[in-house]
Amino acid sequence: MRTPFGSAVLDAACRLLVPFVLIFAIYVVAHGHDSPGGGFQGGTILAAAVILIRLVHGQDAIWGLTRVGALRLACGGVAVFAGIGFLSLLFAGNYLDYGVLPLPLETVKVRFVGTLGIEVGVAMAVTGVLVLIFDALTAWGEEG
Amino acid sequence: MKAATWVVFALAAGVLFYAASDLPRVGDVESPASVHVSPRYIAKSHDETGAPNFVTGVLADYRGYDTLGETTVIFTAGLACLLILGVRLGAEGGDE
Repeated sequence: MRTPFGSAVLDAACRLLVPFVLIFAIYVVAHGHDSPGGGFQGGTILAAAVILIRLVHGQDAIWGLTRVGALRLACGGVAVFAGIGFLSLLFAGNYLDYGVLPLPLETVKVRFVGTLGIEVGVAMAVTGVLVLIFDALTAWGEEG
Repeated sequence: MKAATWVVFALAAGVLFYAASDLPRVGDVESPASVHVSPRYIAKSHDETGAPNFVTGVLADYRGYDTLGETTVIFTAGLACLLILGVRLGAEGGDE
C-alpha cells in the first residue's frame, strides 16, 4: 500500500486497537493447549494487526513488518517447526518426538514445551505468509 | 451425447447412494473410526503428551507430521502468490 486512506479517527482507533489485538494474538498462541486456539489462529490474528496498520498508515507505517521481514518470518516459522523435528532426531528420538529433548523437566512437560515450540513456529509462518499475500495483492497495480 | 451424460450421472449417483447405505451411523461407537485409535487418544493423551486438551495433543503431537505438512502447504501458497503476482521484494527500499 503506497497511499494510506487513514484519517484522524482511523488513526486513533488503530492506535487503540492494535495493542489489544497483539496481546490477544499472543494469548491465543500461548493458550492453545488449554482452550481453542493455537498457531494457525494466533498467527492469523497477529497478521490482522499488521495488516490493520498497513491499511491505515500505508507506506509510512513506522511499526510493522517489511516485505522482506515477512518473508523471513514465514521461512523462519517453517524452519522452527522442522528444526524442532530435526533436534529430536539429533537426540536419538523419532522425527518430531519432543520427549527426548534434553530439558531439566519430566518427559511429559518436555513434550508440552515441544508442542508450544511448534505452535510458535506455525504462528510465525502464518503471520508472514498472510502479510506477504496482502502485500502482493496491494502492490500489484502500483509497480506496473 | 447429452443423454449419455445423464445416464452416466445417474449410474454414478446410484453407486454412491448404494455405498452410502453401508456407512456407519453418525456417532456410532462401534464404527471403525471410533474403535481404533480414538479411545487411546481420549484415555491417554493427557498422560502421554502433557496437553490438557486432546485436540492439541492429537494435532501437535500424535499427528505432528501432518501439521508440519499443513504449515508447508500454507508457506508454499504464500510463495506462489508472490511468484504469480510478480512482486519485487525490495520494492520498499525507497526506489520510487
